[in-house]
Amino acid sequence: MKVRTMAEMMQSGENPEILFWVGCAGSFDQRAQKITKAFATILDKVGVNFAILGKEEACTGDPARRAGNEFLFQMMAYQNIQILNGYGIKKIVTTCPHCFNTLKNEYPELGGNYEVLHHASFLQQLLDEGKIKIKEGGNFKGKKISYHDSCYLGRSNNIYEAPRKVLEALDSELVEMKRCKSNGLCCGAGGAQMFKEDEPGDKRINIERTDEALATGASVIAAACPFCNTMMTDGVKNREQENTVAVLDIAELIAASME
Amino acid sequence: MAFLPQILFLILTAVAIWLFSKKAIEIKRNIFLGKPEDLNNHPQERWKNLFLLALGQKKMFKNPLVAIMHLVVYAGFIIINIEVLEIVLDGILGTHRLFLPFLGAAYAWLINAFEVLALLVLIVCVIFLIRRNIIKLKRFVSKDLNGWPRSDANYILITEIVLMALFLKMNAIDQVLQTRGLEHYQPTGAFLISSQLTPLLEGYSSEALVVFERICWWLHIAGIFAFLNYLPYSKHLHIMLAFPNAYYARLEPQGKMHNMVAIQNEVLYAMQPELAPTDAAPPARFGAKDIFDLSWKNLLDAYSCTECGRCTSACPANTTGKLLSPRKIMMDTRDRLEEVGKNINTNKNFVDDGKSLLHNYISVEELRACTTCNACVEACPVSISPLEIILELRRSLIMEESNAPQEWNGTFSNIENNFAPWKFSPDDRDQWASEL
Repeated sequence: MKVRTMAEMMQSGENPEILFWVGCAGSFDQRAQKITKAFATILDKVGVNFAILGKEEACTGDPARRAGNEFLFQMMAYQNIQILNGYGIKKIVTTCPHCFNTLKNEYPELGGNYEVLHHASFLQQLLDEGKIKIKEGGNFKGKKISYHDSCYLGRSNNIYEAPRKVLEALDSELVEMKRCKSNGLCCGAGGAQMFKEDEPGDKRINIERTDEALATGASVIAAACPFCNTMMTDGVKNREQENTVAVLDIAELIAASME
Repeated sequence: MAFLPQILFLILTAVAIWLFSKKAIEIKRNIFLGKPEDLNNHPQERWKNLFLLALGQKKMFKNPLVAIMHLVVYAGFIIINIEVLEIVLDGILGTHRLFLPFLGAAYAWLINAFEVLALLVLIVCVIFLIRRNIIKLKRFVSKDLNGWPRSDANYILITEIVLMALFLKMNAIDQVLQTRGLEHYQPTGAFLISSQLTPLLEGYSSEALVVFERICWWLHIAGIFAFLNYLPYSKHLHIMLAFPNAYYARLEPQGKMHNMVAIQNEVLYAMQPELAPTDAAPPARFGAKDIFDLSWKNLLDAYSCTECGRCTSACPANTTGKLLSPRKIMMDTRDRLEEVGKNINTNKNFVDDGKSLLHNYISVEELRACTTCNACVEACPVSISPLEIILELRRSLIMEESNAPQEWNGTFSNIENNFAPWKFSPDDRDQWASEL
């Protein structure tokens, strides 16, 4: 399959239905690239006309802003909004809750107004519309799956049901962790923590969360954020459970179960 | 001489109200030391928040048992204070149970309701004391509360117990005196709770009982006035400020950070110099170093905090042993604000004391531990955001002091030069697509 960029689309005078905002993790992180590929494959299979920005995409500035570097955030925002507005983008779908939050909530007052969806909501729509069909007796049927709420999807934007609805379509057994939905425990990556060592403490946050996930007895920990995914994967490895428990994005679960 | 009690009562009332107003005005002044911010849009939504979050205590119901106990104390205490209206009027007019002739049979019914509530308040306050001091719930034994805050919490509960006991005792004596046909004590009928106490009092002479009854009456009303004046110095101020705090709560998604227009413009003018005004003044300060740099809403938050610690119990950093405690952030902000307030009281205007909220109260290590997960904001029953303060202080650290951990400096330079937090070539951004 061929993933086209906005520049290529413009050249051929086409307008995509959606812009797929890949994000830095989705573009560069080896693990997160798999999520990106899974989501692109889904879009391709169901025939959604989409484009990416490709080399023209840049960090939204989320980690810089949360670390306290507003200058850098504003520079990135200016640059991205120039490009997005230049292409006349109307609708964006992203697989990263941090990009989602910034694009949806923080760019409008800087002049970037788009309809922004996280892939959890978009996948739910595609399922509801019957565009995604799940295989009979799919790979995850009857398996125990526990969904880890991303803070930037959940508390930040009140999206709790969409990812769960997506998982329900797999006909698996959804088990909740002790702290879930609005009480969900952070994976430890947000607020630019991903990019530095932990402050001194008794335990790493991702280990705490992984222990909670493992306590459910689920064989799959589902995530909807590339950073949560990294943190939970590290946690599972730390607890030496990587052979029995998989950490997968909702897009990967759907891609593996589609007809 | 017959008017002496009335005069004394009037003086007591006037002094109580004057002292309270004075402190209330001071607190209002302190709150508005913060930066102006207009939070009056969408009034309908704001009233809804006030009714649901403050009056309805919606977030307390995340733990229904505690919510119900809290509701009993809160509703009980407020409703019983209707009785204070009668007490105040009796005090001024020199009457006794002024409302009795007007309400007739309904009077006993009303007092019965108050008595049931009083007993419930008393019981729950005892349970709350046990939770704090005997069961030692984790969030109540935290080192955040060492010293005055821990005593403050106990004083409030003890005061409420004493006030309720005085109210019941006063009614019990009243009923004994009614049976002895004293003119002043008109028959009201037996009260539900206090009538259980009368056998303990039958042995005393009427004269002694009249003195007891008056002592209870005076202590009860003086206690209420004292409590009113204690509030502004206490965490218990939340019983008042929870209401404006819910009304002025931010209505945007919790994930949205406050925009810095000054920097937005600076970047805009750097990119498009033709738009730059010739007389653009540089912003005074980036982020918040002290309380003056925070929004007035952050300062209202600080005064509204009752130090319950739900935020800190939910904080991923705190529960994994890091130094950060969102509750402490709020307590520090209030302490610093009070310190600045006292400085202004003494010097008329704020005289630099060489201190600031950042560093003197809140350390870099605390700020660095935050994952911005919003668990503290979500947990707060009275719409406080410790996160906003943390992020404003972080801005000051980075932009005023260039105080960042080495790894973050690397991240910043990667974002700036490679457009991603990691050191990858921007040319490889769509490499994945060729692997499909």
